[in-house]
This record gives sequence, C-alpha cells and structure tokens, in this order.
Amino acid sequence: MTTILSEMAGTIWKVLVKPGDQVEEGQTLVIIESMKMEIPVEAEEAGVVAKVFVNEEDFVEVDLPLVEME
Amino acid sequence: MTSFYGEEKSRIERGGAERYHEKNKQQHKLFARERIAQLIDEDSFVEDGAFANNQDPTFPADGVVTGIGKIDGRPVCIIANDSTVKAGSWGKRTVEKMIRTQEQAIQLKLPIFYLVDSAGARITDQLEMFPGRRGAGRIFHNQIKLSGVVPQICVLFGPSAAGGAYIPAFCDIVIMVEGNASMYLGSPRMAEKVIGEKVDLETMGGAKMHCSVSGCGDVLAKTEEEALLAAKNYFRFMPDNHLRLPPLEFVKNPLHSNETNEQLIPKNQNAAFNMMKLIENIVDEQSIFEIKKLFAKELITVLARIDGHAVGIIANQPKAKGGVLFPDSADKAAKFIHLCDAFHIPLLFLSDVPGFMIGTQVEKAGIIRHGAKMLFSMSEATVPKISVIVRKAYGAGLYAMAGPAFEPDACIALTTAQIAVMGPEAAVNAVYANKIEALPEEERQAYIEEKRVAYQEEIDLYKLASELVIDDIIEPNALRETLIKRFDFYRNHYVIQSTKKHGVYPV
Repeated sequence: MTTILSEMAGTIWKVLVKPGDQVEEGQTLVIIESMKMEIPVEAEEAGVVAKVFVNEEDFVEVDLPLVEME
Repeated sequence: MTSFYGEEKSRIERGGAERYHEKNKQQHKLFARERIAQLIDEDSFVEDGAFANNQDPTFPADGVVTGIGKIDGRPVCIIANDSTVKAGSWGKRTVEKMIRTQEQAIQLKLPIFYLVDSAGARITDQLEMFPGRRGAGRIFHNQIKLSGVVPQICVLFGPSAAGGAYIPAFCDIVIMVEGNASMYLGSPRMAEKVIGEKVDLETMGGAKMHCSVSGCGDVLAKTEEEALLAAKNYFRFMPDNHLRLPPLEFVKNPLHSNETNEQLIPKNQNAAFNMMKLIENIVDEQSIFEIKKLFAKELITVLARIDGHAVGIIANQPKAKGGVLFPDSADKAAKFIHLCDAFHIPLLFLSDVPGFMIGTQVEKAGIIRHGAKMLFSMSEATVPKISVIVRKAYGAGLYAMAGPAFEPDACIALTTAQIAVMGPEAAVNAVYANKIEALPEEERQAYIEEKRVAYQEEIDLYKLASELVIDDIIEPNALRETLIKRFDFYRNHYVIQSTKKHGVYPV
C-alpha cells in the first residue's frame, strides 16, 4: 500500500481514477489546480487504485492523502 | 625470500582484517583501493602516507588512502576512507593525511575527489585530531579555501557521520550510493537517547532521503560502480581549476525526441508538459548530466553540451508543481548557478514559470530570502547568460529566470511566450474583482472575457518586442541553432572584476 500525497496546496480539478482501476507507472491520477496551473499527480509505479480520498472541487493542503494504491 | 619492506607494503595494501572485507562484500561495498582503481587510469596512482601509523599493525595507512592519479589523463587528488580499518574513523594521522592532500590540491591547483566511508572521529585520538590548528576543522577550512578554485567531488559510499558530514556539505557535488551512504550529525542511537526519537538510519539520514528531501545529496546511484561512473561523467564538464575553461567534447547531434519543440509546447499556458524533452531537443546527444534530479523537481538543473560546449541549464518543469518556484527550488538554482559561474560554464535559462508560490506555509519557510538567493547568484554570475522565455514568465519568476533587467547577453522569446506580472485570469480577478462582484451573475462571464482579451493584447509578445523588452522572437524549432550561434558570440563575454570584498549574501 502506498499513499500518494498532494505536493501542493490547491483545488482538485479532476479525479481521473476510481477504486479498482488498474493504472500504469506515470499515469495521471488526479489533476490539482494551483497558481492557475494544472498540476498532474502521477502514479509512481503500476498498481491498482484502492481508495480515492478527494472529490473534484475540494481544497487540499500540502501532504494530504489523495489516492491509495495497492 | 620476501623482504621486510615487501611484507610491510603488502600488509598495508591489504587494509583491515579479513572479517571487515567480508562485511564489505556482504554490503556490496568495494575496498577503498578498488574504488580508486575503478575511478582512475590504470597505473596512474602515486600514493602518499601509505606507511602512516605503521608502528601499530591494526591501522594500515591509518584508515585513509591518499595520493594523486589521473582520470582520462587529467591529474586529480584523491582521499579515500578505508572502512576496513576501524570503520574508516579519523585518527591523528588520518586527518594529517587528508589535510596534506588538500594542501597539495591547493599548491598544484588540482581537482580533488573525496571517496567517503567513515564512522567519524576516533574518540581515543581526540586531543590530537579534533581541536587544534591541524585538527579535523582544518579539513573543512581547506575545503572552503578550495571551493571555486578547483572542483571538489564527493562520492559517499557509507556513513559520513557527525563532523565528517560536512565534507560532502562543502563539495560541489555529492553522489550517494543507495542503501549504504548516509549523512547525519547524531546517530539514531543518539537521537533516541537525547531527544527520545525512534528512527532508523535510512529514514533519518539515508541516501534517498538526502537526494530527495534535504537536498544534501545531488545524485542517487544504485551501485558503487554507477556512483564512480557518475563522478567521472560529471568531471568531464569541469575544468581542472578556475584558471582553465571547461573541456570541449566533440559534437554530436541533438537527441531528437519524437516531437519537435513546437509540438511539445502546449498552446494552453496552464497545461503541463515535460520540459526535459525540450532540453533533449536542444542539447547534444546523450550529454545530459542532471543534478538534484529527485529534489525540488519543479526546477531542472542540468549540465549538458550544446555544439560540444558545456552549458548549465536552469529550467522550470511545468510537469512538477506547475513549475512554480518554492524555497527548495530557489535554493537548488542558487547553488547550481554558483557552481557554473565558478568554473566558467555559461548559463541557459528556460522559463515557463507562473511565479513564486504564495501562502503562509512558504512565507514561514522564508520563500522571500530563499528566492533572493536565486536572484542574487543569478545576478552576480559573470558567465555568458541567455534567457529564453519558452512559455510564461510571470511576476518575480521572470526576474529569477534572468529576465531582461538582469543583463543576460540576450533575452529571447519563443513565439509561444507570454511575459506579464501575472497571467490573464489572475490579473482580471485581481484588478476587477469588485466590479465583477457588482455585476449580475449572467453578465459576469462576458465581462471577464472582454477584460481578459484586453489584457492579452496589453501583454502581446510583439508589443513587448516593439518596446525592446525582449531582444528577439524565434520559432520554437529554431532554438538549438540560435543558441549555438549566440553562445559562440558571447563566449568572450568581458567581465569587469569588482573591487568590493563581497556582497552580503541573503542565506
């Protein structure tokens, strides 16, 4: 299990995965909008999405859990 | 019959007891002398102080191998801790040998390699090796004297503990071997006793942590062989000393990624793209040496070659944290710029930066003084500088990336560039917030759009070029050719030496 944390404070613009999805290394899971930029959050390694902690339009702080992978 | 001399020499060259060599092997660590052999040209090593502390047979060479060898034919000084001798700890003669090697580097203006694997001070020798004029402090004093005079390269194979951790800290570059290398002031055992923290060495001071979180490490290597090769590759960019120019290497073609620059750069200013691909498109094939790849990824720092000449590239990475500048990215840039400037490596800035990060967290972290460091070192650098606005350059981001006011030899914009205090959406919100608020809901969008278009016209690239804000506009695909021509003209960049002692650096 690895939990992917937000690297930056901002708004969740898009959630691109749901629990059970098989993802590849480097695949974009969530896009955060911050400083007017679209910031893709990518999977560090291939795996299955276990949990998604955020919804679109949520505000997130730095280091908050976004997605849990198994 | 072997002579006494022969026996002594081979005893010393064997290093510590067999069990320590065994332990090294289990940890996939090479013997100090093997590391040197891998680093330098065959049969080029001249050793000093091999017989140090020979009256006590348990301290071969007193735990450190020192001398001069050649890398690709270029002489370099070497200091290599021997972890098979009392865990590479420093005694009186260990320290004296290290100091003398540094003094030789000063005298001969030779680069110096520190192959570090040491448990730190030998407490039993502390009076002789710790406090005095030729105690361990002198090693650091010499490192600071050598800084910017000759390249100082550190490869960390094992621990670099307590005071010893300052050796990597004063080097130009620190290459760490994953799993074995570590840097820390107090061991986990000490941390538990003194502050009640339960932590393992890898988490507290391991190679991965230092290369990705603290920024004390520059390159993370999987094996010792990989680390030594990285050290050699890095050294190919460096001159022997500050009086020489970086070596030229024969020209290769740029490594074309599948996409052209034009295809790589998204039209939408807010969308992410991989700046590293653009770098690959403009530099010579396989010439990229990335520094701090895992640390503050929103800013890329690489040494590379353009038409055979070494160049230091500072580029925003929109793919990571939107390319926004943070305290760590500013810090990373400042050290890299200092490094390049010290050794006559021209600088290329590739901007795609929304600005510096905002908010309480970064203000508390001192983003202003960290940002000031980046501007300070960029502004002070006297090597040729080319500033390329790839896409956006907003706010202080423009300044930090060697914008026009900082006298780059040229500030050129790609046709995809946009220069402004802030982006159109943010600007309209900032200036017309009250007005937008006062409008009926259904009229707001049209009003915002109208103001956005007006703002866009105001910051139009051709308008900026007309006012001579930028020196030229070029098509993205023409970037490499332009850079080759321009760097060639700027190479003899004339520098008036300042007579002031030094600035007050905003650390």
